[in-house]
Order: sequence, then C-alpha cells, then structure tokens
Amino acid sequence: MGEAAFWFIVAVTLISALIVVSSRNLFYSAIALLFTFFGVAGLYIFLWADFLAGVQVLIYIGGILILILFGIMLTHKITSVDISHTSVQQGVGGIVVLLLFAALAWMIVRTPWLVAAAPEPPGTAGEIGKLLMTDYMLPFEVASVLLLGALLGAAVLSRKGN
Amino acid sequence: MEQLNSYLIVAAILFCLGLFAVITRRNGVAVLMGIELILNSANINFVAFARFGGMNFSGQVFALFVIIMAAAEAAVALAIIINLYQNFKSINVDEAQQLQR
Repeated sequence: MGEAAFWFIVAVTLISALIVVSSRNLFYSAIALLFTFFGVAGLYIFLWADFLAGVQVLIYIGGILILILFGIMLTHKITSVDISHTSVQQGVGGIVVLLLFAALAWMIVRTPWLVAAAPEPPGTAGEIGKLLMTDYMLPFEVASVLLLGALLGAAVLSRKGN
Repeated sequence: MEQLNSYLIVAAILFCLGLFAVITRRNGVAVLMGIELILNSANINFVAFARFGGMNFSGQVFALFVIIMAAAEAAVALAIIINLYQNFKSINVDEAQQLQR
C-alpha cells in the first residue's frame, strides 16, 4: 500500500514536471507545476518531513505559483490566443541534459552512501523551531532581511515609469 | 520505497527537466518555472539525506531556507519580467539583448 502510494506520487511528480517543460501553452505549464509541487510535498511526507510538506504547500503553491500566474496574466493579453510559447535548440539541450542525467545516475548508483537508521520522530516542527532559535539564529535573521530586501526591490523594480 | 537511491534518482530527473526548461525555453516565466523545479529537486536531496542520515534536522532547516530564498527570488524575477514586458512588449529572454532602450 505504502509502496504503491510512493510510486504513484513519483509518477505524478515526474509526469507533471515533464508537462511543465514540454507544454506549448504557458497556462498548462503553470497548472502542471501545481501537481509537481503537490507531488514534492507528498515525497516530503514519505521522508518524515511533515512540517516541510505543509510549508511547501503554503509557500510554493499558495505563494510562488500565484505569483507565476500573475506574471503570466500581466504579460499576456488574456483574451488573445497568443499565450503559447516556443523553445529553442531543443535537440542540443536534450542531449546535454540526457548526458548530465546519465552522469548523475551513474554517480548515484555507484556511490556507497552512508545510511544510518533512525526512529521516526513524532513531529518535526518542534525540532526545526529549536534549531532555528539556536544553531541557525543568524541565517534566520538574515533570511528576514533578505525577504524585506526582495519585497522592496520587487516593488521598486515593477513600478511604472521609473 | 525505503531506499535513498530512488529519492536521489527522482531528484536528478527533476533537476534535469528543470535545466532543460531553463536552457531551451524562450519565455521568461517558463524559465522561472524551470528554476523552481531545480530548487525543488535540491530540496528533495536535502530532505532525503536528512532522513536517511540518521534523521538529522539540519537538512530540513536548510530546505526551509531554500524555500524562503525561492520565494524572494520569484518575487524579484517577476518584477524583472514585468519590467521587461513594459520595455520590450515581449518576455522572450532571447530578445532582451540591450540594457537600455
């Protein structure tokens, strides 16, 4: 049962990612990206990262995907059919990517990874919160400054007639 | 299912698909989608190594920071794309060849 669910989630993730990169309609790509993000959230749950799965759904689907949809709607006329997009040099790109994947897969299969068994934690949010407030205090604060900078930068950049 | 390799292979496939989108798409928004796929594959790797390396929560914290960075990056990238559209009336990244109009 768990095995079948895992492979179903993997199939959903990879097929929708394939649609994202190959669809000729930008809207179809964005909608397929929704399923990819959901699939990755499912993989997080299989990896015992339940808090991260929630964050993935909230930020990626609720934030980034909405931003991307806004980007599509602000830069295309919604009534026109000219929402399709084209690709360049798919042959060369495909060869490069396939070679890269072969190298990566060879590396993954050949490397004897060190695996340590561990019991399943009851919940991850508490541990992550403790780490954020102790070991990762400085990156946490820097991330807040980064978000503020991105907010101001995006507002200044997208202002009309600057 | 309880295999590190299967997660790593899935992440590698996602990474390669994202890279394919980045190098072949002409539309700026589609390039951004490819970047999001790449960031997601990196996150899967972080969380998988955290899970199979004795449940080390540092990997999950790092994935959290990657998600924060992706949100900031998407906001700035879309501001740039909208600026590009206002200046060139097109968001094809191969047509934007000059810094100033």
